[in-house]
Amino acid sequence: MKFTCLSKGGGFHFPPCHILNVCGFRILFDCPLDLSALTIFSPVPIGYRDVVDEKDSDLDSDCVTWKRQKIGKPLDANDLICAVPWYKIVKYLHLWNVSFIDVVLISSPMGMLGLPFLTRMKGFSAKIYVTEVTARLGQLMMDDLVSMHMEFRQFYGPEGSTFPRWMEQEELDLQPSALREVVLGKDGAELGGWMPLYSAADVKDCLQKVQTLRYAEEVCYNGKLVIKAFSSGLEIGTCNWSINGPKRDIAFISSSIFVPAHAMSFDYHALQGKDIILYSDLSSLDTMEGVEDGYSFLTTDSFSTLSWEESAKALLNTSEHLEEREKLYYLCSCATDSLKASGSVLIPINRLGTFIQLLEQISASLESSSLKVPIYVISSVAEELLAYTNVIPEWLCKERQEKLFSGEPLFAHVKLIKDNKLHVLPAVHSPKLLTNWQEPCIVFCPHWCLRLGPVVHLLHRWSGDPNSLLVLESGQDVQRALLPFQPMEMKVLQCSFLSGIKLPKILPLLNVLQPKITLLPEDLRQKVRFTNVNPFSVFHYSENKTLIIPSLKDSSELEIATDLAFQFQWRNLKHENMNITRLKGELHVDHGKHWLHSGNKPSKLNSSKRRPLLHWGTPNLETLLSILSKMGINASVEQGVGVEGSEKACKVHVHDPKKALIEMGETGTVISAVDENLASLIFEAIDSILDGI
Amino acid sequence: MKARQRGSQKERKFPSMAIECLVLGAGQQVGKSCVVVSMNGKRIMFDCGMDMAYHDHRRHPDFSRISESGDFDKALTCIVITHFHLDHIGALPYFTEVCGYRGPIYMTYPTKALAPSMLEDYRKVMVERRGEEEQFTSEHIVECMKKVIAVDVKQTVQVDKDLMIRAYYAGHVLGAAMFYTKVGDSAIVYTGDYNMTPDRHLGAAQIDRLQLDLLITESTYATTIRDSKYSREAEFLKAVHKCVLGGGKVLIPTFALGRAQELCILLEDYWERMNLKIPIYFSSGLTMQANMYYKMLISWTSQKVKETYSTRNAFDFKHVLNFDRSMISAPGPCVLFATPGWISGGFSLEVFKQWAPSEMNLITLPGYCAAGTIGHKLMSGKRTKIDLDKDTQLDVRCQIHQLSFSPHTDAKGIMDLVKFLSPKHVILVHGEKPKMATLKGRIYSELGIRCDDPANNETVCIPSTHHVEVGASNTFIRSSLNPNFNFSKISSEDESDSRLKDGKFMPWLQVKDERAAEGILVEEKSKRAKIVHQDELLLMLGEKKHDIRFAYCFPINTDNLEDTKSTDVSSSSNALSMSGRCSWLPMLYIKLSDELSGGNIQYFGEQIQVESFSVSLCLKDRCPYRIVDSPPNKCEAVFFCCTWSIADEKLAWKIISILENLDYGTC
Repeated sequence: MKFTCLSKGGGFHFPPCHILNVCGFRILFDCPLDLSALTIFSPVPIGYRDVVDEKDSDLDSDCVTWKRQKIGKPLDANDLICAVPWYKIVKYLHLWNVSFIDVVLISSPMGMLGLPFLTRMKGFSAKIYVTEVTARLGQLMMDDLVSMHMEFRQFYGPEGSTFPRWMEQEELDLQPSALREVVLGKDGAELGGWMPLYSAADVKDCLQKVQTLRYAEEVCYNGKLVIKAFSSGLEIGTCNWSINGPKRDIAFISSSIFVPAHAMSFDYHALQGKDIILYSDLSSLDTMEGVEDGYSFLTTDSFSTLSWEESAKALLNTSEHLEEREKLYYLCSCATDSLKASGSVLIPINRLGTFIQLLEQISASLESSSLKVPIYVISSVAEELLAYTNVIPEWLCKERQEKLFSGEPLFAHVKLIKDNKLHVLPAVHSPKLLTNWQEPCIVFCPHWCLRLGPVVHLLHRWSGDPNSLLVLESGQDVQRALLPFQPMEMKVLQCSFLSGIKLPKILPLLNVLQPKITLLPEDLRQKVRFTNVNPFSVFHYSENKTLIIPSLKDSSELEIATDLAFQFQWRNLKHENMNITRLKGELHVDHGKHWLHSGNKPSKLNSSKRRPLLHWGTPNLETLLSILSKMGINASVEQGVGVEGSEKACKVHVHDPKKALIEMGETGTVISAVDENLASLIFEAIDSILDGI
Repeated sequence: MKARQRGSQKERKFPSMAIECLVLGAGQQVGKSCVVVSMNGKRIMFDCGMDMAYHDHRRHPDFSRISESGDFDKALTCIVITHFHLDHIGALPYFTEVCGYRGPIYMTYPTKALAPSMLEDYRKVMVERRGEEEQFTSEHIVECMKKVIAVDVKQTVQVDKDLMIRAYYAGHVLGAAMFYTKVGDSAIVYTGDYNMTPDRHLGAAQIDRLQLDLLITESTYATTIRDSKYSREAEFLKAVHKCVLGGGKVLIPTFALGRAQELCILLEDYWERMNLKIPIYFSSGLTMQANMYYKMLISWTSQKVKETYSTRNAFDFKHVLNFDRSMISAPGPCVLFATPGWISGGFSLEVFKQWAPSEMNLITLPGYCAAGTIGHKLMSGKRTKIDLDKDTQLDVRCQIHQLSFSPHTDAKGIMDLVKFLSPKHVILVHGEKPKMATLKGRIYSELGIRCDDPANNETVCIPSTHHVEVGASNTFIRSSLNPNFNFSKISSEDESDSRLKDGKFMPWLQVKDERAAEGILVEEKSKRAKIVHQDELLLMLGEKKHDIRFAYCFPINTDNLEDTKSTDVSSSSNALSMSGRCSWLPMLYIKLSDELSGGNIQYFGEQIQVESFSVSLCLKDRCPYRIVDSPPNKCEAVFFCCTWSIADEKLAWKIISILENLDYGTC
């Protein structure tokens, strides 16, 4: 088994990506897009003035020298690339031949955004598995992306050459180093990862190539791998994978949340007892950056010696859940403060779960503070998205499912829309918005790194208003993302949301799952420390290095049909306490197991005349002679004549009833007789003094 | 002295090899479905229905047969409910709350969502109509539903370490499912009620091709082949349309969930198409709230309805209005859905009394009405007078339309399913006895599958599948999966006939892949048995191979060979020259190729090889294997030495006799 991490990703929106070789099959886990790279592009300018300025200065030769001076200095809005954006796929994926991938497992909608790039490639023929909801949400996200990208196309006109100007070496040399690094990567290898965006047709085609699954639905790939998706709790429909093969059972853990407030919770029980855990939840790396190191050591060490029961209990700890609620409360209070000061609130967010919860919280707090402020959701897919969340009760957490059983809508937005408090609109320029628009207001819209879609227009509108509030998910690229909107008078509230398993829970989780081997990212080596008492071995992986995982068993499981088993003719071995039998059947591989059936043809094993074909041991001459004489065969021994140089060989001559010769050596015996019957009798005699099968 | 006598023939014990199937309900009848299946130490109850034709203890399955002591938690591993109809779930609250079963209960999400209101409707009818003592209370229903674990279609649910269940879409009503159940190597499917053709609001049943020991299937329409449901739906719509066009009122008595929504989808669609403006009302018992369930569960409906979720959920009824009591005697046509379904009391009875006397009006009746209800009386013949109670009699003049599009599969559907799944055994339930017997015969004669139709309280035992689990070495697996090509020639004699048999060209050479897994199973005390390849065994045992071979050296008359040679190959007649000797082997090769059709004969220059048998020219003066007495004319004979191993004993002697006969034939 081989495991290669192609990318560790970065945060919720850019999940990790790996390739696993198992059972002779190559499995790709997720195919995300690095959307944070979008921030190197300039958003579509709103006013005509901007356009003229930038276009002119771009062509000006003086500008080149001016730009050169800027290298090394902090970025400003003019450094951003004015062109139709390209999109960046996973770093090392383009180095692999996609036609050799057999299976693609998509764990989340975010992990699906790069998939159309793969499916449209020539030679790509892998089977793609994804949960039904992830496929739908992923499709909505991609449709949204494609439709917002249209705005760029309309502005810059159709793309002329296949290779855009900003990617040329001379152009890149002029770019500020920070920008250049995004384009090229640290080692310059990432330039090949840039792609022009797929089309709506590509997305449609991609979705047709996908096989959708329910949670815990079993699919069998090529007879050998039994694949199941189990809820991970991160989002509605996101999943972890269980892959059972004839030689080992594997669990793949993506970013997971134990007690989510909307999605079905992390089903870790289903991953118990697997041989190997591929731990791919790297969210703790992103959130740990600001936290002092001491914290991490303390927590993991204290858990490393926990018993199974204690570990199981530790997992049920819901502090993080409460923490998330607090965050939302705080967010709501900030929003109401702004609204009270007649500022508007802009919440660009691409997390469905957080978005739905915020919607519920904010509308409730508006209600309680008796603020009559409209809420707008602006996105090309918002209407469908909201409708969809209300028809998938099977994929939600227990509390939401209870709503189904009591006949209430699963989410509050159903009522909000009905009561005309929530307006769902496809775009900023839709007529319904123009007739409805009221400020102050609350607007939810897609994030897309503040480069695409309604957020650009609204930020331009409100960036100068000190009473307005922008709620942003924190990340490394926030500064760059806000660059085109500087100077920002608008208040910016950065917050991080729970995006996976927290560091202190990693060890208890592994204790509960009890794998034999665990694969952890190298970056967690220092943070999750194992004591010697851990019953499992740990391997650490890092980007673009292939780990070879030793095989656990030297044999495969095999199931023998009972009718075949009943035909066995057991032989006791002389010296050891062992029984052996020959067997013959038809071997099938199905559901990750080998099956042996008796097959269609009547088995030769059944015939009573069957004789051992393989012999071992040392024949005893005395015994042979006595057995022969019992059979009525008289023989005499001629000692000392070597057979093929062997010294211990001897010859036994038979004269009665007919002529025969037995040449007996250390490693073999030759029977030579005048007829079939006698030869066969002698064989039986020799067989009886040897072990054989 | 046979080899086998030394190795003791071991008796291998396997766990109890039977699946026991106790039919507590719906055995040779339609009503109170309940089957208890025991397999490999697990015991599962499928459905827990009630028979509405009875008012005494017979309405419930005879639970005492499961456990005499009444300790049902121990006696049952779990209960599986297929759908929310009362003849499948009606006795569940009684069984859990009164009889005290506390174990897990599984049903699909829609069944769990819709069952409580179904049970509550039924409870109300029973108590209100007859004033009879209730078998369970509203609280009982609530408590009972708390024990239910909801499952999704195709979700693999591990009930415990050994028992796995999985629901498949059955199409009969919203949330109806067939259940696949597996314990160890034994597996069965219990279908519940199902429909093999899609209709306007539900899809068709869908299941994987599974390896099954047993299929327990409903057989409501064991002998009927039905036309499409569409025509029956069209009949209903026509009847309604005709009535409202004539200014009449249509009363559709239904329960809150299920049929009401199904019919409403039909009407909505029709109203839209025909651009009708006549109001459709829901009585107060049928709140719009009930539609909320259907809206959220839209993914369980047919493809066409499902796709409407984002634009306008098909269960957002546009034409439907709430009904007020004062509107009963208002003039003008209308369509009214009212509860309860069997006109056993409540609002539907109230409206019935008002509307029944007018010829203009129409009343639809469901496929089934409990005995003793007005619905039942209306169904059972052309009665014009209905006794409401002892004193009042009602003159029924209105038209009556019986809804006949029951969503059960027909005989063809059942046969299709049985054929598709090809189980080792079939048990029929939920049908009428004579029809079931006919179907049973068909299944046996047409599909060759054994089939039973037990009556209530009978037990059927059928054998189950088991496998023995062993380890297998990589070499064994690899060698077993390698192709093993077998080349066979069509023998030259019948070439002219066979090559052009039936106008088809038969090839000279046929190549077949006869791969077979051959290995040796080794069983050591306290170790798991393991299959190894023959070549690995000795290494494993630490023993050295002792090769037993046979050898035989015999003369062939050269005169005879010369004859063959001169006819077949034109060459020099110098028989004893070395070059001549060398050409005898090809001669033998040609001879053998003629005689042994199909054998894999190879010629290597020095020797001819057939499987392990090899023959070569013996140049020794005194070969130890020259056992046979030499022919008198020594110098005329050429000796051939051959050797083989035990596997090809028969073949070897056959070849020898062929070669020797060459000699003796002319000598």
